[in-house]
Amino acid sequence: MKKGVYFYLQLTFTLVVCAFLIVPIFMSITAGLTNNYFIGIKSGFTFRWVIQVWSLYSDTIWLTMKIALVTTVINVCVGVPCAYYLARTRTKFSAFLDECLTLPIAIPGMAIALGLISVYGGISDFRMSWLFILVGHVIFTLPFMVKSVLAVLQSINIRLLEEGAASLGASFWQRFFHVIVPNCKTGIVSGILMTLTLSAGEFNLTWMLHTPITKTLPVGLADSYASMRLEVSSAYTLIFLGMILPLLVAAQWLNRKPKPRA
Amino acid sequence: MSYKELNVKILCGEVYMKQNRQHYLLIIPAVILCFVFFLLPMMKLLWLSLTEQQGMSYWYILTKPIYLRSLLSTLLLSLVVTAASLIIATVVGLFLTRYEFKGKPVLVAMLSFPLVFPGVVIGFFVIMLAGRQGLFAELGLALVGDRWTLAYSISGLFIGYLYFSIPRVVLTVMGAAEKLDYNLIEAGRSLGANRWQLLRDITLPALTPGLISSGSICFATSMGAFGTAFTLATNLNVLPMTIYTEFTLNANFAMAAALSLILGFITWLCLAIARRQGGSSLGMGG
Repeated sequence: MKKGVYFYLQLTFTLVVCAFLIVPIFMSITAGLTNNYFIGIKSGFTFRWVIQVWSLYSDTIWLTMKIALVTTVINVCVGVPCAYYLARTRTKFSAFLDECLTLPIAIPGMAIALGLISVYGGISDFRMSWLFILVGHVIFTLPFMVKSVLAVLQSINIRLLEEGAASLGASFWQRFFHVIVPNCKTGIVSGILMTLTLSAGEFNLTWMLHTPITKTLPVGLADSYASMRLEVSSAYTLIFLGMILPLLVAAQWLNRKPKPRA
Repeated sequence: MSYKELNVKILCGEVYMKQNRQHYLLIIPAVILCFVFFLLPMMKLLWLSLTEQQGMSYWYILTKPIYLRSLLSTLLLSLVVTAASLIIATVVGLFLTRYEFKGKPVLVAMLSFPLVFPGVVIGFFVIMLAGRQGLFAELGLALVGDRWTLAYSISGLFIGYLYFSIPRVVLTVMGAAEKLDYNLIEAGRSLGANRWQLLRDITLPALTPGLISSGSICFATSMGAFGTAFTLATNLNVLPMTIYTEFTLNANFAMAAALSLILGFITWLCLAIARRQGGSSLGMGG
């Protein structure tokens, strides 16, 4: 196709949109590494803001990792069997369950958090521990795990595979672990990546659920945006981006379309 | 049992079905989690919003100006953001599916990365772009000698909401545009239709389901976006901020519950529309 003037108009527009999305990321990366942002890059590069963030907020980083990992483990253990059940069963109950499990995607995090506080806020040991945030994160991310595995299960004929295995004498659990799970591996992996990224970046729920001793990274970020100088906030954002970008790249790599053979 | 009998039984699914009971074991953890930590809290919220304040919470939303104004301005802002992102994303999405050029995968990757940035970070990006020391301020200073500071007003919210909406809509439009039947466009062109006629009569109608679904997801996300508004601390009270203030400053749990249920109902409705149009429900972030 000949590339006329419309091509270049649209290309320019697309580049402007990309710049709008990417420029602030680069700005915050450079701001986090410059000595004095108001003077500019000529004030020199430094790691001192990053080190300062580490000394101030490293506990939030560890807590975020802990919560993200435990959430992921729970999601795999609960979500994969659940997706299998939903893929195999077509009853009113399973449809209702599907609806209930998807609902946390549609309900804003604040509403879920308020609900959790209204029911369990009184149990102070639970309220003060990181488990309270964990529960919120599991509820919020589980639907993504279930949907991701379900999508794979619905694209293959699991019934046929299972019947084959059953006719060879495989028991139910053998079939589950040796036929079902290996076949939906891609769904599980993309669900894991999604859970990790979502949990690490979750703010709406976490801000309501956190206590001064249970702060996650996004909560610390909001805290630093409100009270710290721009370089510190930027360095903190830089650390956060450093944590989630590998996950995003992995997810993109996983979702890339297989190239058609020539 | 002979081989033949066994075979018949397998064909009838009998051997197979016998173990179906074990399926229920698989679902129990999910049911417990969902009930104890989601359905129960939601019911409690509904109960509180209906019984406390002499059951007037929902009436207050409609009659007290602070709540009504917050609800209406959030609806309006989300509508404008949705419309703007649909237009931008349609142009970008169609361009990226129609043409092949060097560096296109990089552009697509750049467009999809911001999809999972949390609202607080996006708020910070808006400050970087349009805050007191931001890019726009420098630009304004250089061009007209006046710092353009948009971040802490409604335009800051608009920029932030646009930031997390564009990637979502672009990806959906690209998905829909890839399924477009180019034979139709060729046919239209050979019949003498010009560029705009092709767009209006063939491309846009084909994209409509995708646009409706991604538009409603975008609208729902904008309605519930808390992090961005929280970081920017604007003078505009969007609904999530109103809920937060009711809960923390006024300690008015019933009002916060009623408002968040209204918000939840609106976003649920949007995602239901999106699902009817066959879209995935990526209602996260903000």
